[in-house]
Amino acid sequence: MASEEHRQHVIAPSVYVGIWAILMVLTGLTVFASYVDMGDFNIIVALTIATIKGTLVVLFFMHLYYSSKLTKVTVIAAMFFLFLLLALSLTDYLTRSWMTNPMW
Amino acid sequence: MATSDIEIAEHALQHHFADMDQQRETTTFGMWLFLLTEIMFFGGLFCAYLVYRATYYQAFVEGSQAMNIWLGATNTAVLICSSLTMALGVRCAQTDQRKLMVILLVITMLFGLAFLGIKAIEYHEHWTHHQFPGPNFSFPEAEQNGVNPQNVEIYFSLYWAMTGLHALHMVIGVGLVLWITIVGARGLFSADYYAPVENVGLYWHFVDLVWIYLFPLLYLISKKHGG
Amino acid sequence: MATAVQTVERETYLNNGYSLQSWLLTRDHKRIAILYLISITAMFFVGGFFAMLIRLELLTPAGDLVTSDTYNKLFTMHGIVMVFFFLIPSVPAVLGNFCIPLMVGAKDLAFPRINLLSWYLYIIGAIFALVSMTLGGVDTGWTFYTPFSTHYSNTHVVGVALGIFIAGFSSILTGLNFIVTIHRMRAPGLTWTRLPLFCWSHYATSIIMILGTPVIAITLLLVALERLLHIGVFNPALGGDPVLFQHLFWFYSHPAVYIMILPGMGVISEVVTCFSHKRVFGYEFVALASIAIAVLGFLVWAHHMFVAGISVYAALVFSLLSYFVAIPSAVKVFNWTATLYKGSVRYDTPMLYAFGFIGLFTMGGLTGVFLASLGIDVHVTDTYFVVAHFHYVMVGGMVMAYMAGLHFWWPKMTGKLYPEGWAKLSALLVFVGFNLTFFPQFVLGYMGMPRRYHAYPPEFQVLNVMSTAGASVLAVGYVLPMIYFVWSMRYGEDAGPNPWNAVGLEWMTPSPPPTYNFEETPIVTWEAYDYEHLPEHDEEVAVGH
Repeated sequence: MASEEHRQHVIAPSVYVGIWAILMVLTGLTVFASYVDMGDFNIIVALTIATIKGTLVVLFFMHLYYSSKLTKVTVIAAMFFLFLLLALSLTDYLTRSWMTNPMW
Repeated sequence: MATSDIEIAEHALQHHFADMDQQRETTTFGMWLFLLTEIMFFGGLFCAYLVYRATYYQAFVEGSQAMNIWLGATNTAVLICSSLTMALGVRCAQTDQRKLMVILLVITMLFGLAFLGIKAIEYHEHWTHHQFPGPNFSFPEAEQNGVNPQNVEIYFSLYWAMTGLHALHMVIGVGLVLWITIVGARGLFSADYYAPVENVGLYWHFVDLVWIYLFPLLYLISKKHGG
Repeated sequence: MATAVQTVERETYLNNGYSLQSWLLTRDHKRIAILYLISITAMFFVGGFFAMLIRLELLTPAGDLVTSDTYNKLFTMHGIVMVFFFLIPSVPAVLGNFCIPLMVGAKDLAFPRINLLSWYLYIIGAIFALVSMTLGGVDTGWTFYTPFSTHYSNTHVVGVALGIFIAGFSSILTGLNFIVTIHRMRAPGLTWTRLPLFCWSHYATSIIMILGTPVIAITLLLVALERLLHIGVFNPALGGDPVLFQHLFWFYSHPAVYIMILPGMGVISEVVTCFSHKRVFGYEFVALASIAIAVLGFLVWAHHMFVAGISVYAALVFSLLSYFVAIPSAVKVFNWTATLYKGSVRYDTPMLYAFGFIGLFTMGGLTGVFLASLGIDVHVTDTYFVVAHFHYVMVGGMVMAYMAGLHFWWPKMTGKLYPEGWAKLSALLVFVGFNLTFFPQFVLGYMGMPRRYHAYPPEFQVLNVMSTAGASVLAVGYVLPMIYFVWSMRYGEDAGPNPWNAVGLEWMTPSPPPTYNFEETPIVTWEAYDYEHLPEHDEEVAVGH
């Protein structure tokens, strides 16, 4: 018996095409931005654009926007633990130069 | 058609689930959890990348000059297109449009193969220029610019490891889409039973997602020398 | 028991097919649990064999039994086998696989075929590791520190690393299965706050399994690639950072130690409540403490690296965080103890092991707090103090909990009772043997004896002899259960569905359970550990036999 619940994820094709278009534009933008010398900001711009693209893929192509709270929490948990790995490792690397005898 | 779709769906219902809804929610949740492990798997490499980019920034700039930005950008576009066709293909499974679903899945596979083909071209380039880490590694431009070639080798180690692992996942993804296409063409999926298509779609989009980060991190580090 | 004599034997998961194929291609979580039981028991004795050789060598100060290279291989292989192929799967793969679907009232785990795949991956990983060990072994320490493991060791690093890599996926799939099952397959009425704490512990363990294991997987893959291709990601001579390896390695391996204790804590929660015949004290706190241990456990890994060359500022951060992780463990110990208060305590074997756990885990845990202190750690790191600490939590803690759980659920799994007298004797031998083996090691470490050395100054000999003597007693304590468990399968008394008079869905189905666990899906209307209402609720349950 087909229930109504599983029909809720059917999204209009125009939404997908719209997201696709935004992603293509952002790809072009990130290539363009890499040619502009913004010094330390280049990496921030690049990662910001990548994160926007990634968010769109996850929310709309992967249907997270329409998914249950449990699924959303799962994805956030993944981001959080990856963040922990990166951030806490950096507490070591970024503070080594603070020591009087550099180890590196 | 509706009756036989429901029969197929009931046959696909595994005995330990109460109904198809529970089965679908469960398998999709399982796929999301698996993708979570993949995030941590690639995450280790991203951690190594982060540490070495911070430490050997100039070497990373040097190494990335050897990357062909246009091939990389094309590949990014190819994957985004493949994600579109994949998402539309899943939608077709949800709406009982079998023929269109098969077409879209085939196109998705073709995009995936195109990605792998372009990657192979890039790898060949790097290989013939001795840009593969190991005893035969050589990067003469490094010394010319006052950078230790050993550190450039570390950049390339990460490049090959990260894109190689990604390419391996693409190959697996193409295989999964192929499987879905074959059984889908035989009529296994319908509005009542499409979870496998959705879950393969999730995997595919994830592989696209990883590339969305790999491209700027490996290819677009700096245009110091004008690309 | 007053049933009419039946001409057809009752269908159970054990008699539902006797062929090898019916076992090797099973999807039944209970059979998979038995497959794991046999495999990890075998690996336990392999690991124990290496331990025996280590302790024999350490009887005398001189390195006279084996060469130093061989000794390096012995402690490496002891560690690898015990950590990756015994402790990490032990409670989850055997008791978790068997009990979780029963405890949540389901017919099986969410993904039965993936469960079977998980066992095959474990076996393949174990074969890789065992073959590599037979062909000459590996001598890097279970920690595989670089650049020794990547460039300078002349042993089978890649083979063993691959074995661990494959076994890691076994772990990931088990964890994935548990999380999905606990979320999606609970029987009607079984809310989160009615779940047995065993399920909460395994849920927390599974979070660690799926988030941490992939990181060691990629790290070992990088080690193998370095070894095979001579790249230098972790080699300082080639511009790499060996400390980066340690960050990535310990990001998993510290949470891994919580994989190696949380399931045991889950067992203890079940055993202490049953044998006090009382609801657990502070259910919500114990449940949340499990989750807290899992999360906090990811924040402390660099306390293994205090002397490795990390920045002292990072060391301060990790030291502080390491103190925090002790808190939820302490909460659990207090709550189990409070559960005993005014309970009607029985001293059956599972409870004896549980008492052992609570005492020994506390000692191990407290010495862990000493190690979290930077000042102390600098002096005792890489000494026997650390060795004693982790054996107290892993053996005095987890292995005792595993024994408690095996004894507790043995009647359910086999339908037979083990001989109580022999079981109590074994528990006593394990407790005495364990303390005799490992307490002297605290003293040795504090006195300065380094770990991973096969020769030592003569003043350390007396304590080492005590330790080896203790190990011999401990070994007897572990061999005896092997014998009487096997004996009980043939000659043991029939157990009945609930020999311990315990509360829980697993005790409401026959022993051994039928393949599909329950005749009808149970509907849960009672709170967890509802010992006050035990006589009445048996009638409320809509479960047939």
